[in-house]
Amino acid sequence: MASPIVARITLPERARRGEVVTIRVLVRHPMERAIDAPGLTPLPRKILHSMRVTYAGAEVFRAELSQGITANPYIEFTTLAVETGDLVFEWEEDGGATYRREARLVVT
Amino acid sequence: MIRRAAAALLLLAGVAAAADIRPSRDFLSPELRAQQDDPSRHPGWLWVEEGEALWARGARSCQSCHGGIESMAGVAARYPAVATDGALLNLEGRIERCRTEQQGEAPFGYESEPLLSLTAAIAQRSRGMPMSVATDGAAAPFLERGRAFYETRQGQLNLACGQCHDDNAGRRLRGDVISNGLGTGYPAYRLEWNTLGSLHRRLRACSLGVRATQLSLGSPEYLALELYLAARAQGLPVEAPGLRR
Amino acid sequence: MTTATRRAVLLLPVAASAAMAQEGDMAAAERAILAGRTPREAGIAFDMPRLSENGNSVDVAVRVDSPMTAADHVRAIHILSEKNPVPRVASFFLTPRAGRAEVATRIRLATSQQIIVLAETSAGEVHRAAREVIVVLGACVEGG
Repeated sequence: MASPIVARITLPERARRGEVVTIRVLVRHPMERAIDAPGLTPLPRKILHSMRVTYAGAEVFRAELSQGITANPYIEFTTLAVETGDLVFEWEEDGGATYRREARLVVT
Repeated sequence: MIRRAAAALLLLAGVAAAADIRPSRDFLSPELRAQQDDPSRHPGWLWVEEGEALWARGARSCQSCHGGIESMAGVAARYPAVATDGALLNLEGRIERCRTEQQGEAPFGYESEPLLSLTAAIAQRSRGMPMSVATDGAAAPFLERGRAFYETRQGQLNLACGQCHDDNAGRRLRGDVISNGLGTGYPAYRLEWNTLGSLHRRLRACSLGVRATQLSLGSPEYLALELYLAARAQGLPVEAPGLRR
Repeated sequence: MTTATRRAVLLLPVAASAAMAQEGDMAAAERAILAGRTPREAGIAFDMPRLSENGNSVDVAVRVDSPMTAADHVRAIHILSEKNPVPRVASFFLTPRAGRAEVATRIRLATSQQIIVLAETSAGEVHRAAREVIVVLGACVEGG
């Protein structure tokens, strides 16, 4: 069961069918790098390693992320407005936790 | 009364030449300034949203007394301020008092995530409004202490705040551009921190920078300095939540 | 002030040298994506500041020229780093439903280095763009 996560998803409230809309996503996550250095307590990597976006029945965007992505990651992408519906954002975290948020796009 | 007014005038004259002091945003790179202005690209807004949720949470929520958080418009521009019992409170201190005295809850703790979030959400409601702290009356002795702290050479480098933030503002120090050292953008998201943090956290880095003793978050010295910085910023816009490098 | 913090204060900030990638890791990561194909140095608009203000967060924006139709679209955009501990920073997978082949993100940079963008099309072609970025250090940071 996916948990909610603090995220800001910015997209236009409505768009015309066929219009390309820009989606901006900010997620609250420290994106912790693995620590393996002398004198420091070793820690495994704990990042959101993927973000998958589905909309109107299909995956429209997927990102595979490394620890080279900033804390509180920012991702911007585009999608064609095809029908009124929810964009579903799913993140996977190292260790297996998953998070989910939705954002509605009204298409006229 | 006349004496008090005269003293206030003197103080005002003493709070640097306001015309020389520029908003912190003027010292940001164009890229960072654009992102500070754009909530869709500003990670600080993640804390603003959490703070807005906290505002309304619980039976004795902030909202149950104050109404919607929009009622906080202008408040951050007037802080730090002296409370009825004579204590100087910044916005964080004011929230903690509400929390313990009105809501009957344990304090969040300085630099805790909920306190940062609430402070950011409340301060954001004053974004763009001119700073207008009280500097006379009960505030005057605090302002004087803050000014003394600002003007005193400190640390192994033997530097006063103004030697960087007045004499060298606009010039580069390694990769940084030195600003006029205002607190108007705090709490701010610093790229260096990878998170949102308070003005006092930033002041501790200043103290370390001149190799002086780092004072504790919420210490009387930093509170008085915060008031003096706010007085220097009088009339300049609140930028919180700021975005800093 | 304790001895430990005094020492920390006097140390100069250093890049994460212990974890720094070896030269060639990026080349290996690039070869893995190319899988024998020869990339074309064209068709990519790659935006990144020449001088990064803070290696914790560097804005990267990529736009690939593509009609983004079922027959001809960009399937993947990869960002590779020369000197980060992990050479493949991110991969983005697109479909014709993207409308445009455009992504932006923020990356961490261990130090000044070269960043490469590879874009794979549905026809199996690869576009490539490379940029150098200088990471400058701040003055009054918490580590002193």
